[in-house]
Order: sequence, then structure tokens, then C-alpha cells
Amino acid sequence: MEGLMAIVIGVLFAAGLFLMLRRSLLRLILGVALMSHAVNMLIFVMGGLRRGGIPVGAEEELSGATDPLVQALILTAIVISFGVTALFLVVAYRAHQEHGTDDLDEMRELKG
Amino acid sequence: MQIVFLPILIPLATAIVLALLSKNVTIQRVVSAVSTLTTYVLSIVLLFVVRGDGIQVYKQGNWEPPFGICLVADLFSCAMIGIAMTIAVAALAFTFWSIDKEREKYYLYPLFQFQLMGVNGCFLTGDLFNLFVFFEIMLIASYALITLGGEKRQLEAAVKYMAINLVGSTIMVGTVVMLYGFVGTLNMADIAQRIASSPQQGMITPIAMIFLIVFGLKGALFGLWFWMPGTYSVIPAGISAYFGGILTKVGVYCLFRVFTLMFVYDTGYTHTIILVLAGLTMLVGVLGAAAQNNYRSILTYHISSQVGYMIMGLGIYTTAAVAAGMFYIVHHILVKSALFLTSGIAERITGSQHIKSMGGLASRYPAVAVLFLVAALSLSGFPPLSGFTAKLLLIKAGFEAGGWLNYTIIAVSLLVSLLTLYSMSKIWQAAYWGKKASDKPDDTCFSYKALLVPIAFLVGLCILMGLYAEPFIDFFSEAANQIMDPTVYIEAVDPQSELTPN
Repeated sequence: MEGLMAIVIGVLFAAGLFLMLRRSLLRLILGVALMSHAVNMLIFVMGGLRRGGIPVGAEEELSGATDPLVQALILTAIVISFGVTALFLVVAYRAHQEHGTDDLDEMRELKG
Repeated sequence: MQIVFLPILIPLATAIVLALLSKNVTIQRVVSAVSTLTTYVLSIVLLFVVRGDGIQVYKQGNWEPPFGICLVADLFSCAMIGIAMTIAVAALAFTFWSIDKEREKYYLYPLFQFQLMGVNGCFLTGDLFNLFVFFEIMLIASYALITLGGEKRQLEAAVKYMAINLVGSTIMVGTVVMLYGFVGTLNMADIAQRIASSPQQGMITPIAMIFLIVFGLKGALFGLWFWMPGTYSVIPAGISAYFGGILTKVGVYCLFRVFTLMFVYDTGYTHTIILVLAGLTMLVGVLGAAAQNNYRSILTYHISSQVGYMIMGLGIYTTAAVAAGMFYIVHHILVKSALFLTSGIAERITGSQHIKSMGGLASRYPAVAVLFLVAALSLSGFPPLSGFTAKLLLIKAGFEAGGWLNYTIIAVSLLVSLLTLYSMSKIWQAAYWGKKASDKPDDTCFSYKALLVPIAFLVGLCILMGLYAEPFIDFFSEAANQIMDPTVYIEAVDPQSELTPN
């Protein structure tokens, strides 16, 4: 199971990176979003994948328990990446309005 | 100890209050001034408490480490908070007197307070995931501050800055959880202990290297600083002093923290890489600066170059070198922020960022010229200013450590000092001397005298650090002794730790 997840995460990372390297602004954002999904999956796997284990309980019940911490971490990471992606979309929209293009290579005000 | 929590809590509370008061600019100014000054005073108090009573730990919800999140204030983090708040006060004062009304109404002050909260949180937290969260708070506030005003250049800079930092954050959180996967904890003191007794040493070094990339991206190390020059030239001048002075140094602080506390068992590999990176960062940064003609771009490339000196201290990795690195951080923050503020005045007077279209500022505004000159000379390391002391300590520590690599890096650092002087004199010649250029016509009523106060405050501190260096050197030696021995930190956070002092 971990092996499969590793491949899934790797593919997500690769797809995200590929999209980020495109010149279109929207693809860049989608790429970032895919990468943040990849990382969320990574967090999940890092806690160890177990079926049927309980996360919280008395000490004697906890043999083979699942790690509850990673799920709390994912939640935080999802919320942050969700908020930042929303902000990024707004900034990208405004940039598109001002520059009249979504091609990153054509945004060159900063040069020179 | 509750005081540890206040440098985070006060900016947070202020930001919320200010966001509700967004209509009334006068009240916003008063509230943010009072709150920033209070936090400043508290940060100084905290510094003395920590110096007197040792490391202060605040356990949120009274959960014993490693459960729950704790905030840890040791001498290094207190010094960083103290200097960050010093710059915050100066930057805020400068902003009051220079910002245009439009920007001021659009949540400038609440965003700045969020920024302070994020930065102070990064310095204080004792939990790696929490560090990521504070990083995000700091970054989100900075995204908003960059776009504030909605100009074409600002939006372009914001898109690029956000893209690069989102990738950085993604990698950072990935690395944090990978480390969690290996050691099973997020508390930094606990991680340090478990790494010490970990059977999987081989996996720790790659993780350390990814941390180097993540924090190097924030700290603008060699190869990772391409995002910076464009970004810093579009922010309002007062705020850019805080950005230029503090934000990159948060990355440097994190490097110092993780590479003295956790990743200290393979120093022959990790710290050598840091040292080589330091040399490359200094050299390439200063060459970049020498090629620029934009006042702020020159200063921004110099940030990168100077970061090289700081991590050179970390790379040499002796107590004296780390102390020198810390001294350098504080000196650099003061000088760099002062220089950014002078760029703000020059831009306001001439209406341009280009040094070629400034010209002759020295004869018309001698006070600005003097302050710029002192700061610029300090940056390039003239005695008796703080830059000289910082470089002297660093080079002395390098010679004491010995080895051909250290000697090479010392040679590079001396060459870079010379090039620093060259690029500073480039600004001086084009903007302060030279043919008189005409002022921007619509700004005749603008009084620059008030703006000199925050700059003079920072430059004064920098002269003080140079002339009266002894107590500062003592302080940083003490701080370096503290962080070079991870057991001190671990004992403070978790008194029941089983790690025997070595």
C-alpha cells in the first residue's frame, strides 16, 4: 500500500511541476494546487497506513493504533493551501486584468 | 512564563482591532504605534529576563513537551525579536510620514501587524510544524503587502513571489513530515534528542539538505535568490525596509536554528556545503549588485550577498564563528533597513528608482547623504562602524578554525567587501553627486525632515554597535555558547530528557 501511495505522490508531484513550468498563469496555479495535494498525501502516508487501528484510547487498547497527529497536520495544511490558492487566484485575476495577458513571459514590467 | 507569548499575541490582537477600524486612519495610526512600541519594550524586557534567568519556555495549554506546542525564547531568538521590533518601529514611523493616503486605507496597518506576528512566531516557536504555520502567516501578509496599491509591476512581482514561495512552502511541509516520519515527533528539542539516538542517520542528512534548500529559498542563498530583486522594488519604502531587513533573515535564523540544534551529527558534510554556498552567495550577490542601476535593486542584491557572510559563520561552525554570524545578522539588519529607508526618501524626492535620474542629492539634501554614507560605509566594513567589527570577528573566527576552505572563503569575503564598496559608491556617485536632476514637481510640499528620524535612529544604533562593541560581543558569545550546545535547549524544554550532556 505504501509503495502504491509513493507512486501516486510522485506522479502528483511530477504533474504539478510540469504544469508549473508552462507559461500560462492558470496552469501555474493548478500546478501549485496539485503539488500541495501531493504533499498532503505525503503527510498522510508518513503517519503509516494501517487498517482498523483506533487513534485515541486507553493505553492497553493502543497496540497497532493509527497516528492521529498526521490527520491534524493534514487538516492544517489543507486549510492553509486552500486559503493561499484562493488568494493566488485573485492576484492572478488582477494581474491578468492589468497586463491583458496570462502569459508569464509577457509580464516583463520588472525587467530593466 | 507568559511574557514569551506576548510578542505574538499583541500583534495578533492589534491586527484584528485594526481590521475593524479600517475606516479611520488616525485611530489606526495611534493604535498600531502604541502596540508596536509596547511589543518593542516587551521584547527588550524578554531579552533581559532570558539573559538573567536562562531559556524561557511557554507550554501552550500546559501540555508537557513533546505533546502540545511550546514556545522557546533563548538568547538568539530574543535578539532576533528585539532587532525585528526595532526595525518595525522605524519602518512604521517612516510609513506614517511617507505613505500615500490610498494605500493607508486599504489595510496596510493590520497586514503589517500580521507580518510582525508571523515573524515573531518564527523566532519563538519550538515546534517544527508550528514554524511552518508562522512562516505561512508571515508570507500571506507579505503577499498582500506586495499587491497593496494594485499597480502593474506590483501584481507581476506578487505572482512571481507567490509562485516561488508556494513551492517553497510545499517542500517545507513535505520535509517537516518526512522528518516526522523518521523520528516521530515535531517538537524541536525532542527531534534533536531522537536524531542523536537515531539508527537511521543516513536518512537524516538528505532531510537536512532539503531544509537547507527550503530555508535557503527564504534566506536568498546562492541559486535561490532570483525572486528577490523584483519583489523588493515594488513595496512602499517604509515596509520594504522591514522586508529587506527582516524577512530574508527569518530564513537565516531557521538555518542557524536547525543546523545547530538538530543536524549536527554530520557536520563535515552539511556545514561544508553551507560554507561553500556562503562563498558563492556573497560573490554572485555582489556581482549582481554591481550590474544594477536601480537604487533598490542594488540594495536587494546586497541582501543576498550579505546573507553569505552570515551563513559563513554557521558554515565555519565554531562558537566564535556562530557568534560572529549572529553579530553580523543584527548589524546587517540595522544597516540594510536604514539604506532601504534612504532609498525611500530619494525616490520620493526624484520620483524615480533609477540612480541615473537622481543626481546631485548631496548638495540639496546633505542630511540624507550623510546618513546614506554612514550606512553604506558600515555595510562595506569601514572602521569604526558595526560592519567592521562584524567582519573582523568573522574573519578572526575563520582563521582560528583554520583549513584551506576557510582561508578561501575568507579571501572571497574580503574581495566581496571591496566590491560592496564599489557598488555603494556607484549609488553615491550617480545619485548623491553628479549633475543635478530635477525633482518630481508635484511633491514640493513634502517634508523630508521627519523621515530622517527613523533613519538616524537605525544609523545611530549601527554606530553604537561599532564604537561600543564590547557588550554586544559578550552578548553574542553568550548566545552562541547557548545554541552551540543543544543540550541546553533540550534541558530547558524537557527537563526529564535522557540525553547526557556531551
